[in-house]
Amino acid sequence: MLNYIWAFMIIIGIIYGSLTGHMAELSNAALDSAREAVTLCITMLGVMALWVGLMQIAQKAGIIASMTKKLRPFLLFLFPRLRYEDIALEYISTNVVANILGLGWACTPAGLKAMEELGKIQRNNKTCKDPTAASNEMCNFLILNISSLQLIPVNIIVYRSQYGSVTPTSIIMPAILATTCSTLAGILFIKFADKSPS
Amino acid sequence: MNILANLSNIIIPLLIFYIVAYGISAHVNVYDEFLEGARSGMQTVISIAPTMIGLMIAVGVLRASGFLDFVGNLCNRLFSGADIPAPIMPLLLIKMFSSSAATGLVLDIFKEYGPDSQTGLLTSLIMSSTETIFYTMSVYFMAAKIKKTRYTLPGALVATLAGVIASFLIVRFL
Repeated sequence: MLNYIWAFMIIIGIIYGSLTGHMAELSNAALDSAREAVTLCITMLGVMALWVGLMQIAQKAGIIASMTKKLRPFLLFLFPRLRYEDIALEYISTNVVANILGLGWACTPAGLKAMEELGKIQRNNKTCKDPTAASNEMCNFLILNISSLQLIPVNIIVYRSQYGSVTPTSIIMPAILATTCSTLAGILFIKFADKSPS
Repeated sequence: MNILANLSNIIIPLLIFYIVAYGISAHVNVYDEFLEGARSGMQTVISIAPTMIGLMIAVGVLRASGFLDFVGNLCNRLFSGADIPAPIMPLLLIKMFSSSAATGLVLDIFKEYGPDSQTGLLTSLIMSSTETIFYTMSVYFMAAKIKKTRYTLPGALVATLAGVIASFLIVRFL
């Protein structure tokens, strides 16, 4: 996917630039952008070190494990056909907590495991006619995931500070508000759509 | 706005305090663990650095060629009634497919308009409240060998739309 997007941007840019006579700006832009990306990464090195360092403490202190546990009863509300002790529910819970804390590297493995377990549950279900169709649980899980759960947008804060924001962190509360809206909308949709049988 | 800004300002210190205090009272070697996490955080950044360079070059080229302004103006004309800042529609479209490509556009917006401008704030909020719909769906469903995605896409679109609308409303009141 990114191969096509990237090639598209470069090729269109150069063709459009040559047609509109922006070639000089274009060659400057290519070099400047490369340098700028490195400056940005240097800023990011510091902030990511801080964030992941804190999360490492949180993990070792059991904060993340206890959040995962506390989340499970709430998740049962969204996945009424799963049982509290299902492994799938544990993976979903891990994925959701990692998403909330912005731990990108921890989200996907747990999420893929959750899908795998949901697939097993689906195949064991005798009323399931088509194993290539997503089960209600899979749909609900992905909608929840895509509704954006991350509470503190660490990356955006870095970008803001790099480009001279006076208060880079001032968007934290508004961002929490916006992401709550999207997640609530996702949950409402799940509650509405999940009534149809899989 | 003041309440929101004040709350925003105390969240990071509060979080750091909570994690370190909780850690030390749970007999965790907080500093050692911090260093280990910091190392892995830096490694993450190093591993995405080539991506950042590649995408910022591509967006830089698009910006300098005048193509981004062209698309922005086109979107402005298409959605002239809705009063949407020019770079937002392209950002929304790209964000559905690729988070890193969207990041390239975000940086461009911050550079052109400033992160504290209306457009900059809107961009910050939209990026914080939406996800890469098609990328996430394809990764997860491919892994689970699912072909019929049923109501996932409508649900994901509803959630994304709610996030975008909320972002617009919040920026209006800030």
